[in-house]
Amino acid sequence: MKVELLVNGAARCVDVEPRTTLVDCLRDHLDLMSVHTGCEHGICGACTVLVDGEPARACLMFAVQADGFAITTVEALAPAPGELGVIQDAFCETHGLQCGFCTSGMLLVAHALLKSNPQPSRADIVDAISGNICRCTGYGQIVEAIELAAQRLARSNAAETERAS
Amino acid sequence: MKAAPFDYVRPRSVEEACACLAADPDAVIIAGGQTLVPMMAMRLARPARLVDIARIPELQAIRDDGTAVAVGAATLQAHAANDPLIACKVPLLAAALPWVGHAATRNRGTIGGSVANADPAAEIPLVLVTLRGSVVLRDSAGSRTITAEEFFVGPMMTAMTPGCCITEIHFPVWTTGRIGVGFHEISARRSDFALASAAAQVALDGAGRCVACVVGIGGATAVPQRLDTVAESLVGSMLSDAEIGEAVRRAVDTIEIMSSPHASDGYRRRAAAVLGARALGEARDHALGRAMP
Repeated sequence: MKVELLVNGAARCVDVEPRTTLVDCLRDHLDLMSVHTGCEHGICGACTVLVDGEPARACLMFAVQADGFAITTVEALAPAPGELGVIQDAFCETHGLQCGFCTSGMLLVAHALLKSNPQPSRADIVDAISGNICRCTGYGQIVEAIELAAQRLARSNAAETERAS
Repeated sequence: MKAAPFDYVRPRSVEEACACLAADPDAVIIAGGQTLVPMMAMRLARPARLVDIARIPELQAIRDDGTAVAVGAATLQAHAANDPLIACKVPLLAAALPWVGHAATRNRGTIGGSVANADPAAEIPLVLVTLRGSVVLRDSAGSRTITAEEFFVGPMMTAMTPGCCITEIHFPVWTTGRIGVGFHEISARRSDFALASAAAQVALDGAGRCVACVVGIGGATAVPQRLDTVAESLVGSMLSDAEIGEAVRRAVDTIEIMSSPHASDGYRRRAAAVLGARALGEARDHALGRAMP
């Protein structure tokens, strides 16, 4: 079946079997290897992508169900190839990742959180990442990373507002 | 962990969806797919055809019909959680929705999907039974409404017949007195299946006396159970903690509790009684904090 997706801002058309999940479609048909295939039944959160801007598990959707939707993956978070976005930088600095398997999902959940809630409390952050399993860090550094990213984004927004005025 | 092959159709109306279901006994409905897709990945479900109802406009509406708020079956849980009509008229549903799965599954999962799935641990069915709600079903022969208690038959079992589709879920609206709600559950991990859960709603008069109350228990039982004897003994009282605790404990002692490898029936019975009392106490405090309408 033909499926049209707006992937990281670019219109893409793929021909998939109805049983192809969105995660398999993104990896195997669109070469987006940041989307990780973990448990494949909705428990681990490694395959999290943004569907029309909101986090969703790409293993819990068939690609045909996503026809016409905008999909965002980690590839869209960096300002340019080879560079890192603010949230990605913060994860590196606070050691918010070890093996990296959960990181894509964590980054997208953090991205969606900071977009809707630029100054989240620690409890807001813990709630936001509660659907994503990390077996390395113990979560502490991931929470720190998101706190650091929130501070930096707030500072850069404040600086931009000042420049504009 | 890959689903077996199937056909996929996306009808534009409920009539068309019912026709698809009537034409193929191996066709099943998919809405958000947050339960069906993993069941298919594990091949516990193997439908020949999926009928995708997620985009049918008449299944998305949330409307106030005077006595109840009618929620379209394909309404996303995340959408319902942020809906002002639900927050105002069915505060118990609004209180329960943050407990449903995780944010990522609420963004795709639907209200009707949770009802159709009838998981004993699910929050939305518990709210529906507690409030004496009902479910509107349609098939190629027509439409009918059945009560939540008739609808939930057992764990993952409902009164839905082959070929029928849920169109609306009706959550009754309380209009008299100061309304308060409480919802509590306990699970092994954040947003994991509830080992026991409780939903409560009360209405108080100007003096703080209880004029109506309902409390329901989920998770621990095969289907959500409303504890009607609690209302019988508490209406007219001031809902002291002691009165609430005694009434809920007596009622929970009489219901059938399911045991599981994760929690014995004894544990679940104790947890249900504590959570039921806690939910009622929270509902009372919530109501006391609100002005008379």
